[in-house]
Amino acid sequence: MSVERREARQPWILLSPALGAVTLLLFVPLLFIIVYSFWLRTASGADQVGFYLDNWHEALTDRFYRDILLSTLKIAAITTVVCAIAGYPAAYFIARSRGNKAILLLLLMLPFWISYIIRTMSWINILGVSGAFNTILIALGIIDQPIQMLYNQTTVILGLVHFLLPFMILNVFVSLEGIDVTLEDAAHSLGATRWQSFLEVTLPLSLPGLAAGGLLCFVLAAGTYITPLVLGGPRDAMFANLVFEAIITQLNWPLGSALSLMLLVVLGAIVLIYNRYLGMAQLMKGLG
Amino acid sequence: MGWMAIRGWALLVYLFMFLPVAVVVLLSFNSSEFGAFPMAGFSFRWFVELANNEAILRAFRTSIILGSLTALISTTFGVLASLALIRYRVPGSNLISTLLIAPILVPEVVLAVALLLFLNFLSINKSFPLLLFGHVIFTLPFVILVVQARLVGIRRDIEEAAMSLGASPVQTFFQITLPLLLPAVLAGGLFAFTISFDDITGTLFWKPGGVETVPTQIFAMLRNSISPEINALGTVMIVLTVGLPLLGAAIARQLARKSGG
Repeated sequence: MSVERREARQPWILLSPALGAVTLLLFVPLLFIIVYSFWLRTASGADQVGFYLDNWHEALTDRFYRDILLSTLKIAAITTVVCAIAGYPAAYFIARSRGNKAILLLLLMLPFWISYIIRTMSWINILGVSGAFNTILIALGIIDQPIQMLYNQTTVILGLVHFLLPFMILNVFVSLEGIDVTLEDAAHSLGATRWQSFLEVTLPLSLPGLAAGGLLCFVLAAGTYITPLVLGGPRDAMFANLVFEAIITQLNWPLGSALSLMLLVVLGAIVLIYNRYLGMAQLMKGLG
Repeated sequence: MGWMAIRGWALLVYLFMFLPVAVVVLLSFNSSEFGAFPMAGFSFRWFVELANNEAILRAFRTSIILGSLTALISTTFGVLASLALIRYRVPGSNLISTLLIAPILVPEVVLAVALLLFLNFLSINKSFPLLLFGHVIFTLPFVILVVQARLVGIRRDIEEAAMSLGASPVQTFFQITLPLLLPAVLAGGLFAFTISFDDITGTLFWKPGGVETVPTQIFAMLRNSISPEINALGTVMIVLTVGLPLLGAAIARQLARKSGG
Protein backbone atom coordinates (compact mmCIF):
# COMPACT_ATOMS: atom_id res chain seq x y z
CA MET A 1 0.00 0.00 0.00
CA SER A 2 1.35 3.42 -0.86
CA VAL A 3 2.15 5.88 1.92
CA GLU A 4 -0.47 8.35 0.65
CA ARG A 5 -3.22 5.75 0.74
CA ARG A 6 -2.26 4.85 4.29
CA GLU A 7 -2.18 8.52 5.26
CA ALA A 8 -5.64 8.98 3.78
CA ARG A 9 -7.05 6.00 5.64
CA GLN A 10 -5.61 6.80 9.07
CA PRO A 11 -8.09 9.53 10.07
CA TRP A 12 -11.01 7.30 9.20
CA ILE A 13 -9.63 4.53 11.40
CA LEU A 14 -9.33 7.05 14.25
CA LEU A 15 -12.83 8.37 13.62
CA SER A 16 -14.56 5.02 13.24
CA PRO A 17 -15.24 4.20 16.93
CA ALA A 18 -16.86 7.59 17.59
CA LEU A 19 -18.75 7.70 14.29
CA GLY A 20 -19.83 4.10 14.81
CA ALA A 21 -21.13 4.90 18.29
CA VAL A 22 -23.06 7.97 17.12
CA THR A 23 -24.54 6.02 14.20
CA LEU A 24 -25.56 2.91 16.16
CA LEU A 25 -26.59 4.62 19.39
CA LEU A 26 -28.21 7.79 18.04
CA PHE A 27 -29.00 7.98 14.31
CA VAL A 28 -30.25 4.42 13.76
CA PRO A 29 -32.33 4.56 16.98
CA LEU A 30 -33.87 7.86 15.82
CA LEU A 31 -34.76 6.31 12.47
CA PHE A 32 -36.11 3.32 14.34
CA ILE A 33 -38.53 5.35 16.47
CA ILE A 34 -39.82 7.05 13.32
CA VAL A 35 -40.84 3.60 12.05
CA TYR A 36 -41.99 2.54 15.52
CA SER A 37 -44.34 5.53 15.81
CA PHE A 38 -46.46 4.03 13.02
CA TRP A 39 -46.88 0.72 14.83
CA LEU A 40 -49.70 0.03 17.23
CA ARG A 41 -49.64 -1.11 20.84
CA THR A 42 -52.48 -3.60 21.20
CA ALA A 43 -54.43 -4.26 24.37
CA SER A 44 -52.48 -7.47 24.91
CA GLY A 45 -49.29 -5.41 25.15
CA ALA A 46 -47.77 -6.69 21.92
CA ASP A 47 -46.80 -4.37 19.07
CA GLN A 48 -48.70 -4.65 15.84
CA VAL A 49 -46.25 -3.98 13.03
CA GLY A 50 -47.65 -1.97 10.16
CA PHE A 51 -48.41 1.54 9.03
CA TYR A 52 -50.99 3.00 11.37
CA LEU A 53 -51.58 6.71 11.77
CA ASP A 54 -53.37 6.29 15.12
CA ASN A 55 -50.49 7.48 17.33
CA TRP A 56 -49.85 10.53 15.20
CA HIS A 57 -53.53 11.27 15.02
CA GLU A 58 -53.76 11.15 18.81
CA ALA A 59 -50.55 13.16 19.37
CA LEU A 60 -51.45 15.89 16.88
CA THR A 61 -55.18 16.33 17.45
CA ASP A 62 -55.69 15.64 21.16
CA ARG A 63 -56.09 19.02 22.88
CA PHE A 64 -54.38 17.64 25.98
CA TYR A 65 -51.06 17.17 24.18
CA ARG A 66 -51.32 20.48 22.36
CA ASP A 67 -52.04 22.42 25.55
CA ILE A 68 -49.11 20.86 27.37
CA LEU A 69 -46.81 21.47 24.41
CA LEU A 70 -47.81 25.14 24.39
CA SER A 71 -47.42 25.51 28.15
CA THR A 72 -44.00 23.79 27.92
CA LEU A 73 -42.87 26.31 25.30
CA LYS A 74 -44.25 29.13 27.46
CA ILE A 75 -42.36 27.91 30.54
CA ALA A 76 -39.17 27.58 28.49
CA ALA A 77 -39.61 31.08 27.06
CA ILE A 78 -40.19 32.67 30.48
CA THR A 79 -37.18 30.79 31.88
CA THR A 80 -35.01 32.04 29.01
CA VAL A 81 -36.10 35.67 29.43
CA VAL A 82 -35.56 35.57 33.21
CA CYS A 83 -32.11 34.01 32.68
CA ALA A 84 -31.23 36.74 30.17
CA ILE A 85 -32.37 39.58 32.44
CA ALA A 86 -30.72 38.12 35.55
CA GLY A 87 -27.64 36.84 33.76
CA TYR A 88 -26.60 39.70 31.49
CA PRO A 89 -25.62 42.22 34.20
CA ALA A 90 -23.82 39.47 36.11
CA ALA A 91 -21.85 38.47 33.01
CA TYR A 92 -21.08 42.14 32.35
CA PHE A 93 -19.82 42.52 35.91
CA ILE A 94 -17.49 39.51 35.58
CA ALA A 95 -16.20 40.61 32.17
CA ARG A 96 -15.45 44.17 33.25
CA SER A 97 -14.29 43.61 36.82
CA ARG A 98 -10.59 44.32 37.29
CA GLY A 99 -9.38 42.30 40.23
CA ASN A 100 -10.76 38.89 40.98
CA LYS A 101 -12.04 37.76 37.59
CA ALA A 102 -10.58 34.26 38.00
CA ILE A 103 -12.42 33.69 41.27
CA LEU A 104 -15.69 35.04 39.86
CA LEU A 105 -15.35 32.70 36.87
CA LEU A 106 -14.52 29.74 39.07
CA LEU A 107 -17.62 30.43 41.18
CA LEU A 108 -19.63 30.58 37.96
CA MET A 109 -18.32 27.16 36.92
CA LEU A 110 -19.02 25.57 40.32
CA PRO A 111 -22.77 25.02 39.78
CA PHE A 112 -21.89 22.87 36.74
CA TRP A 113 -20.13 20.53 39.13
CA ILE A 114 -22.96 20.42 41.66
CA SER A 115 -25.53 17.77 40.92
CA TYR A 116 -28.66 18.92 39.09
CA ILE A 117 -30.96 16.86 41.32
CA ILE A 118 -29.41 18.37 44.47
CA ARG A 119 -29.67 21.92 43.17
CA THR A 120 -33.29 21.24 42.26
CA MET A 121 -34.25 19.66 45.57
CA SER A 122 -32.40 22.38 47.52
CA TRP A 123 -35.42 24.64 46.92
CA ILE A 124 -37.54 22.35 49.09
CA ASN A 125 -35.32 23.41 52.01
CA ILE A 126 -35.94 27.05 51.14
CA LEU A 127 -39.62 27.17 50.15
CA GLY A 128 -41.07 24.04 51.74
CA VAL A 129 -43.58 24.07 54.60
CA SER A 130 -40.77 23.74 57.13
CA GLY A 131 -38.24 25.55 54.94
CA ALA A 132 -36.16 28.64 55.55
CA PHE A 133 -38.76 31.14 54.27
CA ASN A 134 -41.62 29.87 56.37
CA THR A 135 -39.39 29.62 59.44
CA ILE A 136 -38.28 33.23 59.03
CA LEU A 137 -41.81 34.54 58.36
CA ILE A 138 -43.16 32.73 61.42
CA ALA A 139 -40.29 33.95 63.59
CA LEU A 140 -41.00 37.50 62.47
CA GLY A 141 -44.65 37.06 63.32
CA ILE A 142 -45.83 37.82 59.77
CA ILE A 143 -47.72 34.52 59.48
CA ASP A 144 -48.85 31.97 62.13
CA GLN A 145 -49.25 28.95 59.87
CA PRO A 146 -46.67 27.87 57.30
CA ILE A 147 -47.71 28.50 53.68
CA GLN A 148 -47.12 25.93 50.94
CA MET A 149 -45.10 27.90 48.40
CA LEU A 150 -43.91 24.87 46.44
CA TYR A 151 -45.41 22.67 43.75
CA ASN A 152 -46.68 25.22 41.25
CA GLN A 153 -45.59 26.57 37.90
CA THR A 154 -43.64 29.44 39.46
CA THR A 155 -41.44 27.06 41.46
CA VAL A 156 -40.86 24.98 38.30
CA ILE A 157 -39.61 28.12 36.53
CA LEU A 158 -37.55 29.08 39.59
CA GLY A 159 -35.87 25.65 39.56
CA LEU A 160 -35.19 25.88 35.84
CA VAL A 161 -33.70 29.38 36.14
CA HIS A 162 -31.49 28.17 38.99
CA PHE A 163 -30.30 25.27 36.82
CA LEU A 164 -29.81 27.20 33.56
CA LEU A 165 -28.55 30.62 34.67
CA PRO A 166 -24.84 29.59 34.58
CA PHE A 167 -25.22 28.55 30.90
CA MET A 168 -26.57 32.00 30.06
CA ILE A 169 -23.95 33.92 32.07
CA LEU A 170 -21.10 31.89 30.59
CA ASN A 171 -22.23 32.47 27.00
CA VAL A 172 -22.75 36.20 27.48
CA PHE A 173 -19.42 36.44 29.30
CA VAL A 174 -17.59 34.74 26.41
CA SER A 175 -19.00 37.24 23.89
CA LEU A 176 -18.36 40.25 26.17
CA GLU A 177 -14.75 39.14 26.62
CA GLY A 178 -14.34 39.21 22.84
CA ILE A 179 -15.31 42.88 22.60
CA ASP A 180 -12.52 45.44 22.59
CA VAL A 181 -13.05 47.59 25.71
CA THR A 182 -11.60 50.62 23.94
CA LEU A 183 -14.61 50.65 21.59
CA GLU A 184 -16.79 51.73 24.49
CA ASP A 185 -14.22 54.34 25.52
CA ALA A 186 -14.10 55.61 21.95
CA ALA A 187 -17.89 56.03 21.87
CA HIS A 188 -17.65 57.76 25.23
CA SER A 189 -14.99 60.19 24.07
CA LEU A 190 -17.06 61.00 20.99
CA GLY A 191 -19.77 62.31 23.29
CA ALA A 192 -21.95 59.29 24.03
CA THR A 193 -23.00 58.77 27.62
CA ARG A 194 -21.95 55.50 29.29
CA TRP A 195 -25.49 54.20 28.87
CA GLN A 196 -25.61 55.23 25.18
CA SER A 197 -22.29 53.64 24.38
CA PHE A 198 -23.46 50.45 26.08
CA LEU A 199 -26.72 50.41 24.12
CA GLU A 200 -25.16 51.33 20.77
CA VAL A 201 -21.84 49.47 20.93
CA THR A 202 -21.53 46.78 23.59
CA LEU A 203 -25.04 45.35 23.60
CA PRO A 204 -25.27 44.76 19.82
CA LEU A 205 -21.81 43.18 19.78
CA SER A 206 -22.75 40.80 22.60
CA LEU A 207 -26.03 39.67 21.02
CA PRO A 208 -24.52 36.46 19.56
CA GLY A 209 -23.57 35.32 23.07
CA LEU A 210 -26.99 36.27 24.39
CA ALA A 211 -28.62 34.29 21.58
CA ALA A 212 -26.42 31.23 22.18
CA GLY A 213 -27.19 31.31 25.90
CA GLY A 214 -30.85 31.80 25.13
CA LEU A 215 -30.95 28.81 22.78
CA LEU A 216 -29.31 26.57 25.36
CA CYS A 217 -31.67 27.72 28.12
CA PHE A 218 -34.74 27.31 25.94
CA VAL A 219 -33.92 23.87 24.57
CA LEU A 220 -32.75 22.47 27.91
CA ALA A 221 -35.79 23.90 29.73
CA ALA A 222 -38.26 22.59 27.13
CA GLY A 223 -36.81 19.08 27.33
CA THR A 224 -36.89 18.61 31.09
CA TYR A 225 -39.16 16.36 33.13
CA ILE A 226 -37.25 16.11 36.42
CA THR A 227 -37.81 19.70 37.57
CA PRO A 228 -41.63 19.48 37.21
CA LEU A 229 -41.58 16.15 39.05
CA VAL A 230 -39.60 17.59 41.98
CA LEU A 231 -40.85 21.19 42.18
CA GLY A 232 -44.17 21.10 40.30
CA GLY A 233 -47.64 20.00 41.27
CA PRO A 234 -49.72 17.32 39.54
CA ARG A 235 -50.98 19.84 36.99
CA ASP A 236 -47.54 21.24 36.10
CA ALA A 237 -46.47 18.42 33.78
CA MET A 238 -44.31 19.47 30.85
CA PHE A 239 -44.14 17.73 27.47
CA ALA A 240 -41.22 15.50 28.43
CA ASN A 241 -43.30 14.25 31.38
CA LEU A 242 -45.87 12.97 28.85
CA VAL A 243 -43.11 11.12 27.03
CA PHE A 244 -41.92 9.62 30.32
CA GLU A 245 -45.50 8.63 31.23
CA ALA A 246 -46.14 6.99 27.86
CA ILE A 247 -42.85 5.06 27.84
CA ILE A 248 -42.27 4.13 31.48
CA THR A 249 -45.72 4.12 33.10
CA GLN A 250 -48.18 3.19 30.33
CA LEU A 251 -45.62 1.22 28.32
CA ASN A 252 -47.24 2.54 25.14
CA TRP A 253 -44.00 2.70 23.20
CA PRO A 254 -45.38 3.54 19.74
CA LEU A 255 -47.26 6.54 21.18
CA GLY A 256 -44.16 7.49 23.21
CA SER A 257 -42.15 7.41 19.96
CA ALA A 258 -44.59 9.78 18.26
CA LEU A 259 -44.52 12.18 21.24
CA SER A 260 -40.69 12.10 21.38
CA LEU A 261 -40.50 12.89 17.68
CA MET A 262 -42.92 15.79 18.12
CA LEU A 263 -40.65 17.28 20.77
CA LEU A 264 -37.60 16.66 18.57
CA VAL A 265 -39.21 18.38 15.57
CA VAL A 266 -40.31 21.44 17.55
CA LEU A 267 -36.97 21.93 19.33
CA GLY A 268 -35.01 20.88 16.22
CA ALA A 269 -36.78 23.60 14.22
CA ILE A 270 -35.67 26.17 16.78
CA VAL A 271 -32.06 24.94 16.62
CA LEU A 272 -32.17 25.04 12.79
CA ILE A 273 -33.52 28.59 12.72
CA TYR A 274 -30.74 29.60 15.12
CA ASN A 275 -28.15 27.81 12.97
CA ARG A 276 -29.45 29.48 9.81
CA TYR A 277 -28.94 32.98 11.19
CA LEU A 278 -26.13 32.66 13.71
CA GLY A 279 -24.30 29.41 13.02
CA MET A 280 -23.06 26.85 15.50
CA ALA A 281 -19.64 28.41 16.11
CA GLN A 282 -20.81 30.73 18.88
CA LEU A 283 -22.55 27.88 20.66
CA MET A 284 -19.41 25.75 20.58
CA LYS A 285 -17.39 28.65 22.00
CA GLY A 286 -19.64 28.74 25.03
CA LEU A 287 -19.65 24.96 25.50
CA GLY A 288 -15.93 24.40 25.07
CA MET B 1 -23.45 54.70 40.40
CA GLY B 2 -24.33 52.42 37.45
CA TRP B 3 -21.39 50.20 38.24
CA MET B 4 -22.52 49.87 41.86
CA ALA B 5 -25.95 48.71 40.68
CA ILE B 6 -24.37 46.10 38.39
CA ARG B 7 -22.13 44.92 41.20
CA GLY B 8 -25.10 44.63 43.56
CA TRP B 9 -27.09 42.72 40.93
CA ALA B 10 -24.22 40.31 40.32
CA LEU B 11 -23.93 39.74 44.07
CA LEU B 12 -27.63 38.88 44.21
CA VAL B 13 -27.23 36.46 41.30
CA TYR B 14 -24.35 34.70 43.06
CA LEU B 15 -26.40 34.52 46.28
CA PHE B 16 -29.33 33.07 44.34
CA MET B 17 -27.08 30.38 42.89
CA PHE B 18 -25.31 29.41 46.10
CA LEU B 19 -27.66 30.09 49.00
CA PRO B 20 -29.93 27.05 48.44
CA VAL B 21 -26.90 24.79 48.13
CA ALA B 22 -25.39 26.29 51.28
CA VAL B 23 -28.66 25.54 53.10
CA VAL B 24 -28.39 21.87 52.05
CA VAL B 25 -24.94 21.71 53.64
CA LEU B 26 -26.13 23.56 56.75
CA LEU B 27 -29.17 21.32 57.29
CA SER B 28 -27.14 18.15 56.82
CA PHE B 29 -25.52 18.93 60.21
CA ASN B 30 -28.91 19.49 61.87
CA SER B 31 -29.35 17.13 64.82
CA SER B 32 -33.16 17.40 64.73
CA GLU B 33 -35.32 14.45 63.72
CA PHE B 34 -36.70 16.24 60.64
CA GLY B 35 -34.74 17.48 57.69
CA ALA B 36 -35.74 21.09 58.07
CA PHE B 37 -35.56 24.25 60.13
CA PRO B 38 -35.20 25.13 62.91
CA MET B 39 -31.67 23.93 63.54
CA ALA B 40 -31.71 21.95 66.77
CA GLY B 41 -27.98 21.48 67.11
CA PHE B 42 -24.84 20.38 65.37
CA SER B 43 -24.34 16.69 64.70
CA PHE B 44 -22.83 14.18 62.33
CA ARG B 45 -25.60 11.65 62.91
CA TRP B 46 -27.02 11.85 59.37
CA PHE B 47 -23.61 11.12 57.89
CA VAL B 48 -23.35 8.08 60.18
CA GLU B 49 -26.81 6.92 59.06
CA LEU B 50 -25.72 7.48 55.47
CA ALA B 51 -22.66 5.30 55.92
CA ASN B 52 -24.90 2.54 57.28
CA ASN B 53 -27.51 2.79 54.52
CA GLU B 54 -26.90 -0.19 52.27
CA ALA B 55 -29.07 1.17 49.41
CA ILE B 56 -27.09 4.42 49.24
CA LEU B 57 -23.74 2.64 49.36
CA ARG B 58 -24.90 0.39 46.53
CA ALA B 59 -26.00 3.44 44.52
CA PHE B 60 -22.55 4.99 45.05
CA ARG B 61 -20.84 1.82 43.85
CA THR B 62 -23.07 1.69 40.75
CA SER B 63 -22.47 5.36 39.95
CA ILE B 64 -18.70 5.09 40.36
CA ILE B 65 -18.40 1.96 38.21
CA LEU B 66 -20.73 3.40 35.57
CA GLY B 67 -18.94 6.76 35.57
CA SER B 68 -15.48 5.19 35.33
CA LEU B 69 -16.39 2.89 32.45
CA THR B 70 -18.18 5.75 30.67
CA ALA B 71 -15.13 7.98 31.09
CA LEU B 72 -12.80 5.25 29.83
CA ILE B 73 -14.79 4.51 26.67
CA SER B 74 -15.87 8.08 25.89
CA THR B 75 -12.37 9.44 26.36
CA THR B 76 -10.81 6.74 24.18
CA PHE B 77 -13.33 7.32 21.37
CA GLY B 78 -13.23 11.07 21.83
CA VAL B 79 -9.43 11.42 21.81
CA LEU B 80 -9.10 9.27 18.68
CA ALA B 81 -11.79 11.26 16.86
CA SER B 82 -10.30 14.60 17.96
CA LEU B 83 -6.84 13.54 16.76
CA ALA B 84 -8.32 12.71 13.35
CA LEU B 85 -10.17 16.02 13.12
CA ILE B 86 -7.30 18.23 14.30
CA ARG B 87 -4.30 16.42 12.82
CA TYR B 88 -5.54 15.34 9.40
CA ARG B 89 -7.26 17.06 6.57
CA VAL B 90 -10.44 15.01 6.45
CA PRO B 91 -12.90 15.69 3.64
CA GLY B 92 -16.21 16.89 5.09
CA SER B 93 -14.73 17.53 8.53
CA ASN B 94 -17.38 20.16 9.31
CA LEU B 95 -20.15 17.67 8.72
CA ILE B 96 -18.32 15.04 10.78
CA SER B 97 -17.92 17.47 13.68
CA THR B 98 -21.63 18.26 13.57
CA LEU B 99 -22.52 14.55 13.50
CA LEU B 100 -20.26 13.87 16.47
CA ILE B 101 -21.79 16.60 18.62
CA ALA B 102 -25.34 15.71 17.51
CA PRO B 103 -26.07 13.90 20.81
CA ILE B 104 -26.12 17.26 22.63
CA LEU B 105 -28.30 18.87 19.99
CA VAL B 106 -31.00 16.22 20.43
CA PRO B 107 -33.07 16.67 23.61
CA GLU B 108 -31.88 14.11 26.14
CA VAL B 109 -35.39 12.67 26.62
CA VAL B 110 -35.64 11.91 22.91
CA LEU B 111 -32.18 10.34 22.87
CA ALA B 112 -33.16 8.26 25.90
CA VAL B 113 -36.39 7.01 24.30
CA ALA B 114 -34.78 6.23 20.94
CA LEU B 115 -31.92 4.27 22.49
CA LEU B 116 -34.18 2.37 24.90
CA LEU B 117 -36.66 1.31 22.23
CA PHE B 118 -34.06 0.46 19.59
CA LEU B 119 -31.87 -1.64 21.88
CA ASN B 120 -34.97 -3.30 23.27
CA PHE B 121 -35.91 -4.18 19.68
CA LEU B 122 -32.46 -5.82 19.43
CA SER B 123 -33.34 -7.76 22.62
CA ILE B 124 -31.05 -5.70 24.85
CA ASN B 125 -33.32 -4.99 27.80
CA LYS B 126 -32.97 -2.35 30.48
CA SER B 127 -29.65 -3.33 31.97
CA PHE B 128 -26.22 -2.09 32.97
CA PRO B 129 -24.90 -2.32 29.37
CA LEU B 130 -27.83 -0.20 28.17
CA LEU B 131 -27.01 2.39 30.85
CA LEU B 132 -23.37 2.33 29.79
CA PHE B 133 -24.22 2.77 26.08
CA GLY B 134 -26.49 5.66 26.96
CA HIS B 135 -23.92 7.41 29.13
CA VAL B 136 -21.20 6.94 26.49
CA ILE B 137 -23.23 8.46 23.68
CA PHE B 138 -24.38 11.33 25.90
CA THR B 139 -20.90 12.23 27.19
CA LEU B 140 -18.96 11.70 23.93
CA PRO B 141 -19.69 15.15 22.42
CA PHE B 142 -18.55 16.94 25.58
CA VAL B 143 -15.30 14.97 25.61
CA ILE B 144 -14.70 15.77 21.93
CA LEU B 145 -15.31 19.50 22.50
CA VAL B 146 -12.98 19.65 25.51
CA VAL B 147 -10.22 17.52 23.97
CA GLN B 148 -10.31 19.37 20.64
CA ALA B 149 -9.97 22.71 22.40
CA ARG B 150 -6.84 21.46 24.20
CA LEU B 151 -5.41 19.67 21.18
CA VAL B 152 -5.29 22.78 19.01
CA GLY B 153 -2.64 24.16 21.36
CA ILE B 154 -0.20 21.26 20.93
CA ARG B 155 2.44 22.02 18.34
CA ARG B 156 2.92 19.52 15.58
CA ASP B 157 6.61 20.28 14.98
CA ILE B 158 7.71 18.55 18.21
CA GLU B 159 6.39 15.28 16.80
CA GLU B 160 8.01 15.97 13.45
CA ALA B 161 11.30 16.59 15.22
CA ALA B 162 11.06 13.24 17.02
CA MET B 163 10.29 11.45 13.75
CA SER B 164 13.14 13.14 11.92
CA LEU B 165 15.46 12.00 14.71
CA GLY B 166 14.47 8.43 13.93
CA ALA B 167 11.51 7.65 16.19
CA SER B 168 8.85 5.38 14.70
CA PRO B 169 5.25 6.69 14.55
CA VAL B 170 4.29 4.39 17.44
CA GLN B 171 7.27 5.54 19.54
CA THR B 172 6.45 9.15 18.71
CA PHE B 173 2.86 8.68 19.82
CA PHE B 174 3.69 7.10 23.17
CA GLN B 175 6.75 9.18 24.02
CA ILE B 176 5.83 12.59 22.61
CA THR B 177 2.17 12.92 21.66
CA LEU B 178 0.58 11.07 24.58
CA PRO B 179 2.45 12.94 27.35
CA LEU B 180 1.55 16.24 25.64
CA LEU B 181 -2.01 15.01 25.28
CA LEU B 182 -2.34 13.86 28.87
CA PRO B 183 -3.94 17.04 30.27
CA ALA B 184 -6.56 16.90 27.50
CA VAL B 185 -7.20 13.20 28.15
CA LEU B 186 -7.58 13.78 31.89
CA ALA B 187 -9.83 16.80 31.39
CA GLY B 188 -12.03 14.86 28.97
CA GLY B 189 -12.21 11.84 31.28
CA LEU B 190 -13.03 13.93 34.35
CA PHE B 191 -15.73 15.76 32.39
CA ALA B 192 -17.27 12.49 31.17
CA PHE B 193 -17.19 11.02 34.68
CA THR B 194 -18.89 14.06 36.21
CA ILE B 195 -21.63 14.19 33.56
CA SER B 196 -22.27 10.47 33.94
CA PHE B 197 -22.22 10.68 37.75
CA ASP B 198 -24.77 13.50 37.66
CA ASP B 199 -27.09 12.19 34.93
CA ILE B 200 -30.70 11.45 35.83
CA THR B 201 -32.78 12.33 32.74
CA GLY B 202 -31.58 9.42 30.61
CA THR B 203 -30.72 7.15 33.52
CA LEU B 204 -34.36 6.92 34.70
CA PHE B 205 -35.27 5.55 31.26
CA TRP B 206 -32.40 3.10 30.97
CA LYS B 207 -31.89 1.71 34.48
CA PRO B 208 -33.33 -1.72 35.25
CA GLY B 209 -35.66 -2.03 38.24
CA GLY B 210 -33.77 -2.31 41.50
CA VAL B 211 -30.61 -0.65 40.18
CA GLU B 212 -30.10 2.91 41.37
CA THR B 213 -27.39 5.47 40.72
CA VAL B 214 -26.84 8.23 43.28
CA PRO B 215 -29.10 10.77 41.50
CA THR B 216 -31.93 8.27 40.96
CA GLN B 217 -31.56 7.17 44.59
CA ILE B 218 -31.94 10.78 45.74
CA PHE B 219 -34.92 11.14 43.40
CA ALA B 220 -36.55 8.01 44.84
CA MET B 221 -35.95 9.25 48.40
CA LEU B 222 -37.50 12.64 47.52
CA ARG B 223 -40.75 10.91 46.63
CA ASN B 224 -41.27 10.00 50.28
CA SER B 225 -40.29 13.19 52.02
CA ILE B 226 -37.17 15.22 52.39
CA SER B 227 -35.15 13.60 55.15
CA PRO B 228 -31.95 14.94 56.69
CA GLU B 229 -30.24 11.97 55.10
CA ILE B 230 -30.83 13.48 51.65
CA ASN B 231 -29.17 16.71 52.78
CA ALA B 232 -26.22 14.71 54.11
CA LEU B 233 -26.01 12.80 50.83
CA GLY B 234 -26.17 16.12 48.99
CA THR B 235 -23.29 17.45 51.08
CA VAL B 236 -21.19 14.37 50.31
CA MET B 237 -21.92 14.78 46.60
CA ILE B 238 -21.00 18.47 46.69
CA VAL B 239 -17.73 17.73 48.47
CA LEU B 240 -16.91 14.97 45.98
CA THR B 241 -17.84 16.75 42.76
CA VAL B 242 -16.61 20.21 43.73
CA GLY B 243 -13.83 19.47 46.19
CA LEU B 244 -11.97 16.77 44.27
CA PRO B 245 -11.55 18.67 40.98
CA LEU B 246 -10.50 21.80 42.87
CA LEU B 247 -8.02 19.78 44.88
CA GLY B 248 -6.78 18.12 41.67
CA ALA B 249 -6.29 21.49 40.01
CA ALA B 250 -4.48 22.86 43.05
CA ILE B 251 -2.12 19.87 43.17
CA ALA B 252 -1.48 20.12 39.43
CA ARG B 253 -0.63 23.80 39.81
CA GLN B 254 1.65 23.04 42.73
CA LEU B 255 3.46 20.35 40.73
CA ALA B 256 3.76 22.60 37.71
CA ARG B 257 5.26 25.34 39.87
CA LYS B 258 7.80 22.94 41.34
CA SER B 259 8.86 21.43 38.04
CA GLY B 260 8.96 24.88 36.50
CA GLY B 261 11.51 25.88 39.17
